[in-house]
Amino acid sequence: MSILNSKIPEGPLAEKWSRHKAGIKVVSPANKRKLDIIVVGTGLGGASAAASLAELGYNVKAFCYQDSPRRAHSIAAQGGINAAKNYQNDNDSVFRLFYDTIKGGDYRSREANVYRLAEVSPNIIDQCVAQGVPFGREYGGLLANRSFGGVLVSRTFYARGQTGQQLLLGAYQAMNRQIDKGNVEMYSRHEMLDVVIVDGKARGIIARDLVTGEIKRFGAHAVVVATGGYGNVFFLSTNAMGSNGSAAWQCYKKGAFFANPCFVQIHPTCIPVHGDQQSKLTLMSESLRNDGRVWVPKKKEDAEKLRKGEIGPNDIAEDDRDFYLERRYPSYGNLVPRDVASRAAKERCDEGFGVNAEGKAVYLDFKYAIERLGKDVIKARYGNLFQMYEKITDVDPYKEPMMIYPAIHYSMGGSWVDYNLMTTVSGLYSIGEANFSDHGANRLGASALMQGLADGYFVLPYTIGDYLANEIMTPKADTNTPEFEEAEKAVTSRIEKLYNIKGSKPVDYFHKKLGQVMWDYVGMSRNEEGLKKAVQLIREIRDEFWKDVKVPGELDNLNPELEKAGRVADFFDIGELMALDALNRNESCGGHFREESVTEDGEAKRNDKSFTYVSSWEYKGEGQEPVLHKEDLVFENVELTQRSYK
Amino acid sequence: MADKILKKLNIKVWRQKNAADKGRFETYTIENISTGSSFLEMLDILNDKLIIDGQDPIAFDHDCREGICGTCSLYINGRPHGPDTEVTTCQLHMRKFNDGETITIEPWRAKAFPVIKDLVVDRTAFEKILRAGGFISVNTGGVPDANAIPVPYEDAEESMDAAACIGCGACVAACKNSSAMLFVSAKVSHLAKLPQGKVEAKKRARRMVAKMDELGFGGCTNTGACEVECPKSISITNIARLNREYLLARFSE
Ligand code: SF4
Ligand code: FES
Repeated sequence: MSILNSKIPEGPLAEKWSRHKAGIKVVSPANKRKLDIIVVGTGLGGASAAASLAELGYNVKAFCYQDSPRRAHSIAAQGGINAAKNYQNDNDSVFRLFYDTIKGGDYRSREANVYRLAEVSPNIIDQCVAQGVPFGREYGGLLANRSFGGVLVSRTFYARGQTGQQLLLGAYQAMNRQIDKGNVEMYSRHEMLDVVIVDGKARGIIARDLVTGEIKRFGAHAVVVATGGYGNVFFLSTNAMGSNGSAAWQCYKKGAFFANPCFVQIHPTCIPVHGDQQSKLTLMSESLRNDGRVWVPKKKEDAEKLRKGEIGPNDIAEDDRDFYLERRYPSYGNLVPRDVASRAAKERCDEGFGVNAEGKAVYLDFKYAIERLGKDVIKARYGNLFQMYEKITDVDPYKEPMMIYPAIHYSMGGSWVDYNLMTTVSGLYSIGEANFSDHGANRLGASALMQGLADGYFVLPYTIGDYLANEIMTPKADTNTPEFEEAEKAVTSRIEKLYNIKGSKPVDYFHKKLGQVMWDYVGMSRNEEGLKKAVQLIREIRDEFWKDVKVPGELDNLNPELEKAGRVADFFDIGELMALDALNRNESCGGHFREESVTEDGEAKRNDKSFTYVSSWEYKGEGQEPVLHKEDLVFENVELTQRSYK
Repeated sequence: MADKILKKLNIKVWRQKNAADKGRFETYTIENISTGSSFLEMLDILNDKLIIDGQDPIAFDHDCREGICGTCSLYINGRPHGPDTEVTTCQLHMRKFNDGETITIEPWRAKAFPVIKDLVVDRTAFEKILRAGGFISVNTGGVPDANAIPVPYEDAEESMDAAACIGCGACVAACKNSSAMLFVSAKVSHLAKLPQGKVEAKKRARRMVAKMDELGFGGCTNTGACEVECPKSISITNIARLNREYLLARFSE
């Protein structure tokens, strides 16, 4: 028996959530007022949870490292949000969304969680419209939809190319209303550096005030971590510069198991890396694949000339273009899921067909759509993305195809949570990208926003009550106990340790080095030898970091380098666990591609017999090997098939 | 189009240890910057150099680096977000500068945005304005079906135009009066253009304007500087709409 209890409710799939809600405890309004909840992170998950919990009557304290909760990186999601509304009459349903998500995740997520996600998805759209999210509409005044990779129906709602921004502003505004009412206390420019456990329960956090450097203690009856993903372990990614995995990592060190760390998503359509001065990668929304056709030259000579800049893409004749996605996957074509599209681009570039100077780019061409629909239609659909592309690359995508290449984008892995979104530590919850729960080994486009808001608006506000109902007699957390004392001391001494190394190289030097190792060996294509090497190299770079990093500035002042140093220190550990997890999972599934596990025609091959489980890792102390716990995944409602998008 | 190398640049930048410090300009030189690099990548390189030389790196705000979070906020060569149109500082690229040039970088200057350190300012005043009314008063749950109330296409588009504001504060920095009218009007218009937001439109305008005045932003004298520098092309017609809503609100008091 596994020590993991997923608490999946009994009963038929479609009734699990309603039965569960009927069975869980509810806290009375009078008692809610006595209960404090800490929410860390204010993206879609955190902001929607903070607002909803405060509306219910709990006292909420919310934290973000940015200067305003509105800056959280959910803001950057472009394309859209899925919901099983079936407004298009194209035979969409809760079951179909559930099925697409399970299949898209390559059968490595929990049926019950995913079904619940699909089930609450229509409520999210209702909620957002009521909040004033200006979704795209048809001329008749009703909501418009677009389609996204990996599905055959049109169920994605959008607000131009700024859907994440608009949804986040909706949640942020709902939270602002609660701040105004005094139900949420907002702590901006504060970074959580540890979680405090008292008698086996999460009772607070230690945070650093990023302006004054002061280390502060905050107590509560429950702690919710909504701090997003750890994609920045790769240094270059589409994440914001400050995005980090540290909060989830501190939870891990305090007993919250970390699940499926090796499942990260590589997004196929990002602006390629150029030169060596680059600090971050920019995503071009997947929605572009609706109207753009992906290609490389058929002839290697052409690719060589393109790389040298001797010819341009428009010089290549129609017949000499290889629309490789349409060729390999005729039924889904340019709309295959992200992992498939990414690997196909890498394959072409590795074969020598890459089109930029570095040989690491493919074309995404709108010529055909412009011919078919006219420039105005394309402009109305993607104008801001085209503008963004031109500002960065100095190339006009109305005239020349975009160049794109895969980049790290999202982490499906994260803190292990049960059906109630509670981690393996009582009273410690994890929502949104920070947890592992809904996307399996690969996330479908437009599903991250859905999950963040589902967790924050419609799941956590119910499930947290079940726990807190037992805490109504528990007094407010006393932050002067030895547990808080000790946690604060540990935080302070780690900061001082980093600061006092006074080595010779800035943090970025080490971060870049780590990122290169991750990309080379724990990236799009992995094998045993490379993964073992990665573990070795990560350990070496980490040792070097702890001997030679130079953190300038002062401890009691705004100090971005100090913030970065702490986050990068954790990235070494996260990267190592990712490699260990990837090593253990000797199958190819979703975003995780093991070269040892492929079909005859080179496609990813899952191994359901040996790996139909969630890998959940338990921390055993510094320098100790973590212990793997398996949560077996049981499929009662879908049949496991080898994914095929041909 | 192909990237070139800027061999040498002089970076004249505002240094201020903390809110209490008076602050001053310092000039640094930097070499070999690719025109394909972003402005902030240039500052990263300068900072790494300063760190290695044992100096305190320049603090500046940034996060998404793709023009959407609104964190970055530099006043470059006399213009908020620098010498390009419709971009944020993080989207500004070095191809807009010439070899040998001296680039002057300052923080947003406005009474309501005090400097925290170097180029980082405190924009909590914006938060306070939004908290005063920049929302629709609905709780989670119990709302009608999303298609229950049709919204004319044009209204949704206009609402979205205004909702695109990223809260960066460039409008305030561009304005000689440090007025926040463009920012406030963008939020008021975003919500007032939708049937869901109309219900509270007057109260919203009244409360947000009162808060803006209280926080020390200046009045609007219609110079239009804000619109020119806004990275999201928020139009000053929103200010006219705000004035209308505001007058209506006063009228019905
Ligand atoms: S109106 Fe424009 S300049 Fe002002 S805060 Fe919004 S986006 Fe920035
Ligand atoms: S850093 Fe986000 S807009 Fe510039």
